[in-house]
Amino acid sequence: MVPVSAFLVLAVVLFGIGTVGVMVSRNMIILFMSIELMLNAANMVLIAFSRALNIVDGHVIVFLVLAIAAAEAAVGLALIVNLYRNRETINIDRYSLMRW
Amino acid sequence: MAEDLYLIPLLPLIGFLLNGLFIGRLSKWLIGLVGCATVGLSFLLSILAFFALKALPPDARVIEQTLFTWISAGQLQTTIGFLLDPLSAVMILVVSGVAFLIHVYSVGYMGHDRGYGRYFAYLNLFTFAMLTLVLADNFLLLFVGWEGVGLCSYLLIGFWYEKKSAADAGKKAFIVNRIGDFGFLLGMFLVFWTIGSLDFRTVTEHAPMAFAYGGGLITATCLLLFLGAIGKSAQIPLYVWLPDAMEGPTPVSALIHAATMVTAGVYMIARANALFVLAPDALFVVAVIGALTAFFAATIGLAQNDIKRVLAYSTVSQLGYMFLACGVAAFTAGIFHLMTHAFFKALLFLAAGSVIHALSGEQDMRAMGGLQKHLPITFRTMFIATLAIAGIPFFAGFFSKDEILWKAFSSDVNGSWIFWLIGLVTAGLTAFYMFRLVYLTFYGAERLDAQARAHLHESPPSMTVPLVVLAGLSVIGGFIGMPHLFGVANYFEEWLHPVMARVPHNAATHARAAATGDAPLEWVLMLVTVALVVGAIYLARHFYYRNPQAATELARKFSGVKNILVHKYYVDEFYGAVFVRPVVYFSLFLWKVIDVLIIDGLLNGLATVWRDLSEVMRLTQPGRLRSYATVFALGVVILIAWFVFE
Repeated sequence: MVPVSAFLVLAVVLFGIGTVGVMVSRNMIILFMSIELMLNAANMVLIAFSRALNIVDGHVIVFLVLAIAAAEAAVGLALIVNLYRNRETINIDRYSLMRW
Repeated sequence: MAEDLYLIPLLPLIGFLLNGLFIGRLSKWLIGLVGCATVGLSFLLSILAFFALKALPPDARVIEQTLFTWISAGQLQTTIGFLLDPLSAVMILVVSGVAFLIHVYSVGYMGHDRGYGRYFAYLNLFTFAMLTLVLADNFLLLFVGWEGVGLCSYLLIGFWYEKKSAADAGKKAFIVNRIGDFGFLLGMFLVFWTIGSLDFRTVTEHAPMAFAYGGGLITATCLLLFLGAIGKSAQIPLYVWLPDAMEGPTPVSALIHAATMVTAGVYMIARANALFVLAPDALFVVAVIGALTAFFAATIGLAQNDIKRVLAYSTVSQLGYMFLACGVAAFTAGIFHLMTHAFFKALLFLAAGSVIHALSGEQDMRAMGGLQKHLPITFRTMFIATLAIAGIPFFAGFFSKDEILWKAFSSDVNGSWIFWLIGLVTAGLTAFYMFRLVYLTFYGAERLDAQARAHLHESPPSMTVPLVVLAGLSVIGGFIGMPHLFGVANYFEEWLHPVMARVPHNAATHARAAATGDAPLEWVLMLVTVALVVGAIYLARHFYYRNPQAATELARKFSGVKNILVHKYYVDEFYGAVFVRPVVYFSLFLWKVIDVLIIDGLLNGLATVWRDLSEVMRLTQPGRLRSYATVFALGVVILIAWFVFE
């Protein structure tokens, strides 16, 4: 049986990749994908512990998170499409309108 | 009817409201009608009130009317109330009568002016304030009228406000008067502090008990009140505003700056005679300042070329006479001269206005001359007024001036031959400069410029009729106050006697003169005065009519003296250097250094500091999402590290 620590290492690696992706990418699509990556790293941790401790609660929560994440992805992508329509760019650095 | 005293000041107030509220909406005809009719009606009411008062027995001649309590604060109970006694009866007759004539005159004089409605509104407001002043039954209401006439004076001096000199003159009059008013206020405080009331009758009644005779308190009170009179009545050292006040329209000069407002100081002192007789030292100061002002203003008048300025200095000088009379406790003589002066000086100003009107605004006497055949009515009336002010026997000015000179010589209070001598010399100077004015204006060669000559015309009847009426008064006005020497009753003195009850030796002087054989002396002094006046007239005739070169030569010979006189003893320059300029510089210092440099600098400095700090802080918020994410992640790492490795 694969030990919990392996799952946790995978989750940390995934989370790290996601974080770095948010920090460096200018493309909003990639940024969005990186956020999804971080979210799923968290899901991974939940599932790993759920399985190791034989408690089903973690699975339930992950299903919930996945459902919400799907909705969130739809909203997020719609926002990005609309931003592109307005400004013809999805470079995140160009969207600093609130700055004085 | 006679008890409704409040109607007398109220009518001009209604005129002011009508003309003021509907300014520019009434036709000229209606403005003139409202302006004249309201003042004329209050003149009629004044006459009725006078006869109602006269019907009472002499010692009960007081009509008092209290409208309502105005201020009620602790001990201070001030009412809006009017007091008609012989003194205020004389004043309301003079004020409303002269004001009515001048309103009528103004219809003609100001006919072409754009500010016609505004002018009559101000003039009505002035009449209201002046009648309030003389009818007030307490010091505070008198002060309200006092300030009211000051305001109207300011408004009317600066009537042609587009002209800088007129606006400046208005400001000067207002500010100089403030100095006097400050003294008047303090004087009122002292009266209230000591007696606990500002009501004239209470003050008159309680003054001898409340104040020690000749004490420091009463002297200070009287001197402070006199300071108010100095400001209002243009005495040394605060006379400088009056000559400049000639920037206003000429009827204003006649009404406010000759006949009525400037005499308010004399009236106030006569009204407070019960206080002043308790302070002989203060009275001495009054007499000295009056005598000095009379003399110095007359000398300045010798060298002025502007027809209105000559009259202005003459007014200052005649006011000095009135204060000299008050200073020797001859309040009746002062008020008598106030009345006759109101007649002939208003006439002089109005006639001068008629000349100026005829010459399309020319005021310099060097550009006049030979006007007697062109302006016959103006010439005759002005000549009568000149005879009156010079003191030619049996004209109004003769009786009042002679009364003052005799009192200055003989009065038991401060009477002295020095005062008499100063008054005598001033009478000579007065005759000289007044006849100089008449000769330069009406006699000799015509020195008009072509433009003025083209428009030369005698004034319309609305202007000449008031002149004729005032000329009549200048002739007969003096007969009500003839000296006992002539073997007739002095009606004026008897009339005012109840008001002057506390003045010592008031009636006694003449009785004593008769008893101790001073009568020949009085005759001699009178003849000396008349002789001097006639001599002065002859001199003026010599220099300015017969032999004009002699005047030029004399001026050249004494060019130093002439320079000093032309520059009015450099008093304006002196005040400018000592008072005005330091204030201006101090204000500049406050503005440039305190305000701009320190206060503004402090605030702007603080703002700059915070703005520069913000500029630095702004660098941490570049608006890029990625940097925020980086900082956020870094913060999480640091926090975790903190909890793990602590």
